[in-house]
Amino acid sequence: MTPIDVERIYEALAEKLDAVGQEKSELFLAKLALLLSHDIGDAGRVLKLIEEAGHHLDASD
Amino acid sequence: MRPAGRSDTDSLYFTYPHFEAPNDRSGLSKPAPVAIVGAGPIGMAAALALAREGVRSVLFDAKATFNDGSRAICVARPSLHIFERIGAVTPFLDKALGWTTGRSFYRGQQILEFQMPDNGDEKYRPMYNIQQQYIEQFLWDAITQQPLIETRWQSMVIGAKDTDNAVQLEVRDPHGSYTIEADWVLAADGARSEMRKIRGLRLKGDNYEGRYVIADVQMPHDYPTIRRALFDPDCRRGATILIHRQPDNIWRIDYQLGDGEDAAEAMKESTVRQSVSAVLNEIGYDGDWDLEWWSTYSANTLALDDYRDGRVFFIGDSAHIVPIFGVRGLNNGLADAHNIAWKLAWVMQGKAGPALLDSYTPERRGATLDVFANATKSARFMTPPTRGWELIRNAVLNLALSHPFAGRLANPRQMTPYTYADSPVVCADDTQFSGGPVTGAMLPGACVGDGYLSDLLGAGFSLIVFDDDLAQNVDLPGVEIIVADAQGDVARVLAAGPHSAYLVRPDLHIAARWFKAEPAAIELGLQHAISGATS
Repeated sequence: MTPIDVERIYEALAEKLDAVGQEKSELFLAKLALLLSHDIGDAGRVLKLIEEAGHHLDASD
Repeated sequence: MRPAGRSDTDSLYFTYPHFEAPNDRSGLSKPAPVAIVGAGPIGMAAALALAREGVRSVLFDAKATFNDGSRAICVARPSLHIFERIGAVTPFLDKALGWTTGRSFYRGQQILEFQMPDNGDEKYRPMYNIQQQYIEQFLWDAITQQPLIETRWQSMVIGAKDTDNAVQLEVRDPHGSYTIEADWVLAADGARSEMRKIRGLRLKGDNYEGRYVIADVQMPHDYPTIRRALFDPDCRRGATILIHRQPDNIWRIDYQLGDGEDAAEAMKESTVRQSVSAVLNEIGYDGDWDLEWWSTYSANTLALDDYRDGRVFFIGDSAHIVPIFGVRGLNNGLADAHNIAWKLAWVMQGKAGPALLDSYTPERRGATLDVFANATKSARFMTPPTRGWELIRNAVLNLALSHPFAGRLANPRQMTPYTYADSPVVCADDTQFSGGPVTGAMLPGACVGDGYLSDLLGAGFSLIVFDDDLAQNVDLPGVEIIVADAQGDVARVLAAGPHSAYLVRPDLHIAARWFKAEPAAIELGLQHAISGATS
């Protein structure tokens, strides 16, 4: 994926999060995570990414 | 509970019998080989299984009629085999509603239809719905034909002291109190077991979030016998509802209460009627209905550390309480009864070594822990315990509207079979097999001629072989030898070669199997399965 692709996804996510609204943001992100996981099709890799996403949630960690 | 003006046993469709306490007071203290405390479905099944082995028992129950509280309705395939083995299956097949299909809905839209494993090899369907009162009635009808079982109703066991070679029970009934010695005791007195308290034992485990009201209603509703689960329905936003059909136009409706709902208010008849009416509206039923009965429920996973306490064995809910979602409360209890009955009989008759009795806890408590693992998954899906579980569950349901892979997570997997893998009396599996049931598993079904493999099994152990020479060369007194076609359905289901053999226990679990069997190994396998005979 090129830096431009990453930026497109970044923008699309931001816009979709605003469009679905605060109340549905979590549900939307959880659905997206499930969809992406299914697309990746590699449970070990997804579990590793779940771990990674949990790191540094407080930037000072 | 029942509607105002109706007593506990005043049912719309079932006539509860009334049983007297023993009027003949002579012989009440005559020692019993086995005393069974609790004449519910588990105690009655145990008495019938013991009688089938030729063992006399005395069955005690504190009540004057069948159960009016507990309401099991789902009877799984292995339980049908148990009913067959104890001579009681026919009325179940006439009355119960077999089913294989479940449907799950999210906000009114179907997101999953699942089929439980079933095929032409199996004699019985994966699941049958029937009210617990009928289960008790049919077992009771079999008991009344059985001279080896003496039942004493309205008889409460209030003490159980160990003596040198027996247990002395203290029994109280409306006419007085007496003591009776029993060589062995089976405690089948349910979730609130007095025997457990008397013996100073406690269940250990967890309680789960989520309270349900369960209600039976009678209505001419035209829908097949398919288990329906409604997630987040309009009539009860955020909650889960289960709907099961039972015989006699009775429908079981389980609905989850919201966090803010007061339990006492929810149990009021007027509230129950409103809630049920809303559910019926949700599923498109607008005809008349009668309220039969209702109760409340929350999920627990609780078990005794050891199901054996000296000469007392705990069977059924007295030993373990499992969440309803796995439909394993009654079914596991019946398997407990079937498991201990033949072992106890064989040890009492000197056909097996006393150590056989020590296999009861690892086998049956193992089955309970397995249910805990599966039912815990089901319970967390039906009733998410925390915000994280709730969010991802809701995401799955929402995604399932468009993506079937997500809907499959809503499958309750109620037919996951249990294998006695860690049993001291089950041989290690023969790894030369490249399929078929492993040792410790229940024998699967297979067609033989116009019937089934299970029809050919003996009363005790059975040996299934595919080779006439092997059949003639094994010396196994009392073992039923079945020679099956090496090219037939039995060989296919068992993944057997021409010289394979399966040793099957009286409870239909596989004690040992050999891909290339030798007579000496089979004889040793049998010795292992019965912990060495003492005579």
